[in-house]
Order: sequence, then C-alpha cells, then structure tokens
Amino acid sequence: MTGQEWMFVVLGLIGTVAAIRLVTTREIVHGALYLTVTLSTIAGAYLIMAAEFVAWVQVLIYVGAIVILFLFGLMLTRAPIGRAALDNQQRAVAAVIGLAILGGLSYLLLEAFPWDSAERISGDPAGGTAGALGESLFRDYVLPFEAVSFLLLAALIGAIVLSRKDDRAR
Amino acid sequence: MIAAEVVEHAGNGGFARYAWIVALLPFVSTVLTLFFGRRTPGKGAVYGITAIGVGLVLSLLVLWNFVQDGPTVHDAVDWFSIGSLRMQVGQYVDGLTAVMLIVVTVVSLCVHVYSLGYMHGDERYTWFFVVLSLFTGAMANVVIAENLFQLLVGWEVMGICSYLLIGHWWEEHANSSAAIKAFLVTRTGDIPFTFGIFALVVATGATTSSIPAITEAAERGELSIVWATAAALLLFGGAIGKSAQFPLHVWLPDAMAGPTPVSALIHAATMVAAGVFMIGRMFQVFLHADPIVLTIVSVVAGITMLIAALLAMIQGDIKRVLAYSTVSQLAYMVAGLSLGEAGYTAGLFHLFTHAFFKALLFLGAGSVIHAVHTNEMTEMGGLRRPMPRTFWTFLIGSAALSGIPPLSGFWSKDEIISTAFHEHSYILWAVAAFTAILTAFYMTRAVLLTFFGEYRGHGHPHESPAVITGPLIVLAALSCVVGFLNATAFNIYEFSEWVHIGEGEHPPFNYGFAALSIVGAVLGIAAGYRVYSRYREPEPLRALGPLYVVLENKYYLDEIGWRGIVRPVRDQVSAATYWTNQHVLDAAVNATAWVTRKVAGVANLFDRRVIDGAVNAAAGTAGFTGGLLRYLQSGNVQRYAAFLFAGIVLLAIVFTRV
Amino acid sequence: MIRLALPLLFSAALFSVGVYGVLARRNAVLVLMSIELMLNAVNVNLVAFSQRIGEITGQVFALFVIAVAAAEVGIGLAIVILIYRNREMINIDEVNLLKW
Repeated sequence: MTGQEWMFVVLGLIGTVAAIRLVTTREIVHGALYLTVTLSTIAGAYLIMAAEFVAWVQVLIYVGAIVILFLFGLMLTRAPIGRAALDNQQRAVAAVIGLAILGGLSYLLLEAFPWDSAERISGDPAGGTAGALGESLFRDYVLPFEAVSFLLLAALIGAIVLSRKDDRAR
Repeated sequence: MIAAEVVEHAGNGGFARYAWIVALLPFVSTVLTLFFGRRTPGKGAVYGITAIGVGLVLSLLVLWNFVQDGPTVHDAVDWFSIGSLRMQVGQYVDGLTAVMLIVVTVVSLCVHVYSLGYMHGDERYTWFFVVLSLFTGAMANVVIAENLFQLLVGWEVMGICSYLLIGHWWEEHANSSAAIKAFLVTRTGDIPFTFGIFALVVATGATTSSIPAITEAAERGELSIVWATAAALLLFGGAIGKSAQFPLHVWLPDAMAGPTPVSALIHAATMVAAGVFMIGRMFQVFLHADPIVLTIVSVVAGITMLIAALLAMIQGDIKRVLAYSTVSQLAYMVAGLSLGEAGYTAGLFHLFTHAFFKALLFLGAGSVIHAVHTNEMTEMGGLRRPMPRTFWTFLIGSAALSGIPPLSGFWSKDEIISTAFHEHSYILWAVAAFTAILTAFYMTRAVLLTFFGEYRGHGHPHESPAVITGPLIVLAALSCVVGFLNATAFNIYEFSEWVHIGEGEHPPFNYGFAALSIVGAVLGIAAGYRVYSRYREPEPLRALGPLYVVLENKYYLDEIGWRGIVRPVRDQVSAATYWTNQHVLDAAVNATAWVTRKVAGVANLFDRRVIDGAVNAAAGTAGFTGGLLRYLQSGNVQRYAAFLFAGIVLLAIVFTRV
Repeated sequence: MIRLALPLLFSAALFSVGVYGVLARRNAVLVLMSIELMLNAVNVNLVAFSQRIGEITGQVFALFVIAVAAAEVGIGLAIVILIYRNREMINIDEVNLLKW
C-alpha cells in the first residue's frame, strides 16, 4: 500500500460514512451537509486519480450548485427542522437489497479486478488536464456536447414552466 | 242384305291425322279468354267461337277421311313411365271419333253463338266462355284419347266444368247445391270407372293403357273372362254416373239449375253422352266378358228408360221435362249397346242424332225462358204467336224426339227398338216401345202447355234475337237431315260404314216395326193432345192418385240418398273423424311437443349450469387472480423501485452464475 | 499509483448506499440526494477506468453525467415543489393515487 492508496482509503471511508449518515440521519439539513462531505471526498478521489478537470468540475457543479439547489428545495418545501421521522416502511427490505447489491457488485468487481492484481491506475496528470478534456470534448464529442446543452436548456425551461403559478386557468 | 265391301284404302289418314288439333284449339281459346277475354271487344267470346269454328271445319275434314274409307289413325308420344307402365299422350281416330267430333263441335259452336245472346249482360260473362271452351277441349280430348288415362283426364275435367257451369249463378243456394250434387254423384260413378281402367291395364300386362292395344287384346281373346267381366262392370259403373242411369240419375234433373246453354251442351249432347261413347269405345271388352254383363246393362237401361219417362210426364219445369227425357234417351243408347254387336251401330247412331235434337230442344226452351223469365210451364202458353221461330224449331225437335219420320229420331230410335226384337230381348223391346209412347206423350204435353192456349204469365214475350234463333234453325235443319246418314229404308248405311263392330251387318229395313213405331208415336201424341189441348188446373195427371205422388217425389230416391248416405256420413263419420283427429293425432303431436320441451329444458339446464358455469368459472378465476395481483400495485413508487432493484440483483445472479 | 480495486470498491459502496437511500427515505428531496449518490458512484467508476486504460472517454462521459445530473436535479426539484404545493407535504409514500 502506497501512500496514495492510504490517502484514498481514508477519503473513501470518510465519504462512505458520510453517505451512510446521509441515508440514516433524522435531520434533513444534516443530510444535505453530509452530502456535501461525500461529494467533496469524491472530488478528492478524482484528484488522487489525476483527473483534475473532473475533480474541479465536481466541486463547482455538485458541491457548488447542486447542493445549493437541494438546500433551496428543502427551504421551499418547509423541510422539518430538527428530528423527524424520515424513513418509510420498507427500511428492512431496502437494507437487504442494498446489502445484496453491495455484495454482488463487490464480488463481481473483485473477481474481475482482484485486489492483488498488478493493474494500477496511472497517476499521469496529463491524461486529465483541461486541455486534453477540452480537446476531446470539442473534437470527438462535440455533438453530445451540443445535445447536452440543449438538454440543459430544456431543463431550464421545464423547471420554469413547472414551477410557475397557474394564474390564468382559475 | 247387301254387304258393302269395305275396302281399306292404303291412305295415310288424310286430315284425320290432325284430329288432335280439334282437341287443342279449345284449350288455347280457354287460356286466351281467361287472360285477355275482358279486354277483347265482345268480352272474349270470339276466342271460343273461332277455336270451335275452326275445329268444326277440321272435324268435317276428319270425317271426310272416313267417308273415303280411309284408315284409322293412331299416334302416341311417350310422356313418362312408371315401372313397366308407359304413360302416353296421343290420338286414336276412327269413325266413331270422327262423328263424335262433329257432334261436339257443332253443338258447342251453336251453344257459343247462342250464349252471346242468352248470357248477355251476365256479370261473369267472360268466365262462362272460359269454362265452355275448357269443357269443349276436355270432351274433344275424351273423344280422341288414345289411352284410358288420357280419357280419364278429359273425363274428370268435364266433371269439373260441369260443376262450375251448373253453379254459374252460385249466389242462389239451390244452384250451388245442385252443382255439388252433380259433381259428387258423377264422382261416385268415377270410382268404379277408375278401377275398371286399372283392371284393364293390369289384365294386359301393366305396360300400357292404350285403347287400341286393349281392345285388340280383348278381340283376340287375350283377356281372361274374369278380367273382362270385372273391367266391363267397373267401366259401366262410370257410364252409370256420367250418363245418369239408374241409380245415379238423380243429379241430372237438379243440374237444370245451370244456364240453359250449359244444359244444352253438357247435359244433353256431350258430357252425358261420354258414358255411352266410352262403352262404345271399350265395346270389345264388353263383348268378351261374361254375357251377364250385357244383361245387367240392358236391365239398368230398361229400368232407367221407363222411370225417367214416367217422371218426365209430371214435371212442371220445362227444363226438367227435357232433363228426364235425356235420361230416358240415354237409356235407349245404352240399351242399344247392350244388345251386343247388332246394336252397336244403332245405339251410337241414336247418340249422334239425339245430340242435335236434344240440344235444339234445350236451346228452344232457353229461348222461351229468356222471353217469359220463368221455367214453369204453368206460366207459359200461347207462345207460338209471339215466338214463331222458336215454336217451329221446338216443334221439329219434339217431333224428332218422338220418332216421327222422316226426322232423324225416327231412324235411330226405331233401329234400336227393332234390333231389340231381333236379338230376342223381348222385355227390352216392350219397355222401349212403351217408353216411346210415353215420350211422344210428354213432349206433346210440353209443346201444348208452352206454345198453345192463352198466355198465362205476366210479361210481354217476344221473339228472341237472331243470335239465339240462328242456332235453333241450324240445329232444326240438322235434326231433319242427319237421320238420312243411316236411313236403312233407302239402303243408306253411311253411318254404319263409319261406326261398326265386326263386319257390320246391315239389317234390312223392317216396315212392320217402322209402322208399329209410328203408330206408337201417334198414340202418344193423340193422348197428349186429348189431355192437354185445353189447359186445366190442377194438373190432370193427378188423377193417377198415389202413383202421381210417388212420381212427384221421384220415387223417394232423394230421401233415401239423404237419410241413408249424406246424413250418416256428414254427422257420424265426420264426428268420428274429428274425434280421432283431436284425441289421437293431436295427442301424438302434443306428446311430441311435450317431449321436445322436456329435452329443451334439459339442454337449457346443461347450457346454463355446465357450459355457462365453465365460462363463468374461467372469468371468475381471472378476476380472482387479478384481485390478488392488484395488491402489488401499492401506488408507492419506492416499493416499485424495490422490486426493480431486487429484480436486477436476481438477474445479475442468473446471468453470471447460471 | 493506486490499485484499481480501491475506486471500484468505493463506487460499489456509494452505489449501494444510494440504493438504500432511494428505497428507504421518505422525503422526496432525500430521495433525490440518494440518486445523486448513485450517479457519483458511477462517475468514480468511469474516471477510474478512464485512468486505468488511458482513454479520456471515461472522463468525458463523467462530465456529461454531471451535466445531466444537474439538469435532472433542477427538474426533479421543480416537480417536488409542485407536489408540495398540491399536498403540503413531500412524503413519497403518501403519494399513491395509483394505488389499487
């Protein structure tokens, strides 16, 4: 285990614990904050994996925008402040399913890429620079890029339409 | 005795081959009159008159073939076969056929022309002519028929036409009753007739009903005596019915309810003569049967002759006098035939001559009735002055009937009477001679009551129009003349040439018997004159006392018929039939219906419980499982998501491990 | 460099936690947050493999995922707000009009 690996393990643990806290906490705003923690640790993981552009995009968008969105949503829907019953009836089933998926996925992944295999993630930062990404994005994947921008426009309009008050049809 | 040589010319029959057209034309005119009669000017009489006029010409041409000693014509076409029996349609034309055709067409034509005047204004004028034509066609068919079944067809059609025509004015109940009586009584005679035909067909091997085939077989002696006797008696039964012999004579007087032209055509000249004609046609069968047959025939004829003449004496209705006279004269014809070979020609010659003068008498009576609007002679009288043509023709007719020479009746009736004597049938001879006297008596009575004395009625009689008197004159002329066709006193044997059996002896004219006949006729006339020259009320013959009462009630035969036959059948037999129908037949039908209903009930039960049950159970199961399955739909999205993910896990396991 | 198994395990863990959250949480916003967890797990996976095999496609894909996730959160929250407007609450398990 190299030092980077230890680093990754620590970040991973923090992220996982925060995620677990997100899905089990009884205070909803705490949940949003736990989400922030998780997202940040993920950004850190990206950095360790030398995907710096993605890491910063993660921070900007996820941590910066999406979490704020969530907080706005909580505010607008009068989320309960303080302790509240936030779990539904099928917790047990959900736990079972979650554990099953964890077990299944882990098993599959470890079977394909064992712990002791010689495969390593290269730490070459050149593969994750903004320039490299930009090149790829605007050369090879320009069409999906435009499509996604279209999608974002649609989402924007949709959100506005959905959330405006219906004054006319009263 | 001069035996004429009969030379068979090797001709092809000349116009005799076309005799069937004479039978066909009236049927054509029937159809035409039926469909187009009302729209034709003159209301359709023209078709019948034309058809029969042409038929008359053709009949004369047919006779011409036999005048020239031509051969008989025999044609037939196959119609269908039943087993070995071939049913054919065809013509058999010999001398008898030819003279009968003349009779039919002449009388029918006279009656048609007469009806133009007599039936004028009648509401069923066109229909009258339709049935007249149909009848003429049927009679012609009987005359030319090649086989017995064809003859039977014409026979029966004539029966129907007789019914239709007697009941022409059916609004009067008496007329329709008379029509039914006529039909039923002749039908009663037709039953043995039909069986006689069957007997002959079977006796000749059941292959044909062809008349020449059967008569030739009889002549050759191929028919056993038993068959021939049975067949002859049965055939005679038909003649009794159709020709109104005792005991089936009761319908003819009542048939006078029909219009007078009908009486003239059907009940004087043609239909009633068909029975006699049929005996003449099948004479070989009679000859080769047991002699008892001919004896029975002559007994029946003798009885009929006498009782009918007695009844004619007391009738007040002029048509009834003539009706009974017809019965009596028909008996003469039958009597002639019953004398065997010797009387064959005489009997048929009397048929020939009688047709003309009897038709004349009826038409004359019709003319009188038309003028005074009544049939009863008590309301007539003195009509010879206003109606001279009718009077003179009627007088000629009665003289012919009474047997005054040289009119035709003398030649034919005298022949029969003398033949009876020669054949040693003395009783028959005595009866015939006495009846001749009676005949003269009642005809004189009729003439005196109608045309002499003072008019006792209330109307203004005047002579009938030419369409009525024209035929009278024609028939009177014929009555004078046709006798000479077989005037044996002058050695004229024309008729015998045409109509004979065997070699045909030509008996010489016996002046003795002729004188006797003339004396008898004069006696009758004188007696009649003595009693009736001055009209007296009440009827002078009532002096006969109880005999008169018996005659008045027609020997109570009608009562016997009514009580003995009609009432039992109508009341008891019908009631029994009704009971059987209700309780036996209907019970069977109802039982079947009940069973069907029960079966239907079972089927219904099965359908509802079993089949519908199965269907409903299937539906119920579907509903039940659906009802269970719907609980899966909780509406809770997370629940669905749980299933989704669980499914993914399972699929993952399945795809990787299995 | 780190061994490949680590980010993979990390992603597996995050994903299963996200699944639990989607299934077990009542509040709609919490469900959406759990969905974000799942998406991030996928992203980690993508980036890990992208760096392992040297193709940059994975990271491009990850970028797209992030963009789409952002759009999805926007719309999702709009819908949640609508639900809140109609029902005064956003407990998913009480939104069951399609219940039998």
